[in-house]
Amino acid sequence: MPTATKPIRIVVAKVGLDGHDRGVKVVARALRDAGYEVIYTGLRQTPEMVVDAALQEDAQVIGLSIHSGAHMTLFPAVVDELKRRQATDIVVFGGGIIPDDDIAALKKRGVAEIFTPGTPLQEIVDWLRQRFPERAAT
Amino acid sequence: MKVRARDPKEVWQEEFESASVREDGLETSTISGVPLQPLYTSDDRPERAEEFPGQYPYTRGIHPSGYRGRLWTMRQFSGFATAEETNRRYTYLLANGQTGLSVAFDMPTLMGQDSDAPTSRGEVGHCGVAIDSLADMETLFDGIPLGEITTSMTINSPAAILLCMYIAVGEKQGVPASRLGGTLQNDILKEFIAQKEFIFPPAPSMRLVVDSIEYCAKEVPKWNTISISGYHIREAGSTAAQELAFTLADGMAYVDACIERGMHVDDFASRLSFFFDAHIDFFEEIAKFRAARRIWARWMRERYGARQERSWKLRFHTQTAGVSLTAQQPELNIARTAIEALAAVLGGTQSLHTNAMDEVLALPTDRAARIALRTQQLLAYETGVANTIDPLGGSYFIESLTDEMERQAETYFKRIEEIGGVIPAIEAGFFQKEIADAAFRYQQELEQKRRIMVGINDFTVDDEEPIEILRIDPRLESEQVVRVRDVRGKRDQAKVSNALNRMRKAAAGTDNLMPYILDAVRAYATEGEIMHALIEVFGTYTETAVV
Repeated sequence: MPTATKPIRIVVAKVGLDGHDRGVKVVARALRDAGYEVIYTGLRQTPEMVVDAALQEDAQVIGLSIHSGAHMTLFPAVVDELKRRQATDIVVFGGGIIPDDDIAALKKRGVAEIFTPGTPLQEIVDWLRQRFPERAAT
Repeated sequence: MKVRARDPKEVWQEEFESASVREDGLETSTISGVPLQPLYTSDDRPERAEEFPGQYPYTRGIHPSGYRGRLWTMRQFSGFATAEETNRRYTYLLANGQTGLSVAFDMPTLMGQDSDAPTSRGEVGHCGVAIDSLADMETLFDGIPLGEITTSMTINSPAAILLCMYIAVGEKQGVPASRLGGTLQNDILKEFIAQKEFIFPPAPSMRLVVDSIEYCAKEVPKWNTISISGYHIREAGSTAAQELAFTLADGMAYVDACIERGMHVDDFASRLSFFFDAHIDFFEEIAKFRAARRIWARWMRERYGARQERSWKLRFHTQTAGVSLTAQQPELNIARTAIEALAAVLGGTQSLHTNAMDEVLALPTDRAARIALRTQQLLAYETGVANTIDPLGGSYFIESLTDEMERQAETYFKRIEEIGGVIPAIEAGFFQKEIADAAFRYQQELEQKRRIMVGINDFTVDDEEPIEILRIDPRLESEQVVRVRDVRGKRDQAKVSNALNRMRKAAAGTDNLMPYILDAVRAYATEGEIMHALIEVFGTYTETAVV
């Protein structure tokens, strides 16, 4: 019998102060429908809260959403918090209103991928499958 | 023998059915999913007496003179960085023919915290202007005579504080509160439903709203105390009918709360205003605006027994749909916005904000903001659409769709009532679920190409020229932090503590809080300090997130 692989767990979080949760909810549903285990934290999570949730939930991935323009501060803060807690194996990706020019800088700071408005949901799912081929979701 | 002429409608029906139709798999319903006939005829026209603008139930508009009497107010929502920077933008917009101001606050201000709070890090001045105390508000309106303009302020949980700051700036300019005109968004219910900038639990939140309505009815009579907003509900993903129904249901909840306070409906109803989205589905939006007026008039007259005509009239502001804009080929947003703005005008809006093409990427540049304003001027002065009142009135299609919007809204009112009202429905996650479902449905329609967004899932280009966007200098945040600390250092500390203590005591009782908040504001208590004192009494609210 093949070893049953554990499904990938993704903590999806809204960091920062804005309450625009349309995008994060749509993405959370799509990832769940694609077979991932999705934990949605709700609004106004600090970087510390997000990392706490990821560790508690034994997540492999953190998906961040922001629409307030604070991504250059808060996305790297999540990556730094992961470093501080020695959990750099957790992959961080993000989305929201993020200008192209900021994407390279965020990737340099350790954010694995950024999805901007208009991204098809399938593209996010495909990216995760490529990133975790050994444990592809069903 | 005479051949009987065939019914032309039957002929058309046959011809239509035998004609070839496009097979592109695209939906033929409205963007909200309302099924549409290919043709509307006199058979679809509802049977009712002819309606006229300025007459109950105001389907055709609240003014007998429409835009012949007065054009809509061109009110561009703006604010960024510091009060000083935003003051420069306001002066620029007023010099360019804008007729009213509309303040966008940054996230810390919207969430009732000061710029130096730990969770304000990275957020200061990003999606609006940072206001910490009366000192910032004085800078924001420096050189702008508050007695001569009207100002709209988009703020909710801390709305009472910002209104008090405005009143206090007026005092300093020598303009009495009775002469101040403008609008406070102050719509906490849609925060729980859609925009999620709530702080206090629903009950004390509603008390603050009613306090401000009650206070303004006496002291600031020209002020629109609340802007009951469908915009955020729609942007969060609702359908047009949900936007209409949830917004009007919120409106009725405010009316109920004020009546419960002991106010008479005619004492406050005419100062309730509304705020809707103008989305891209042209006719559906026009029908929505027309239906909104008719439903509100009927409920105000028949259910609430309002006797004054002005209490029956639904006045509204419109903003074009941010969610309809694309980061891809952003110039297309100018065209989208123009079409949406036209729908708002044909729907009879009282004021309008047109989005700038780059708002999907960042706050607008001066150039993009000017094009957006010019789009309204073009509609008002070049196209001729303002010359005829409710030009689509009597259209078989528009009248039928207006009725359909009304029917769907009434169905929702019944469901909300069955749950026990708006607040129980919020606590049950009813609205949130309805909106999330609609948002997901629409996203799937896009993914399956049953609907097209140009530049997103069709007609894309590979190499896009990046456009210039507005950048907020990160130094502004540290400067604002210095400024608020400076204010705290220089003021009369005892006066602040006393004002905050009196306010805290009042919050624990039943007094109207407005005079207490105004005193704290005058003493230069910061927004964060005032909110914090209120949180000590009221507590905070956390929603159960539904996905």
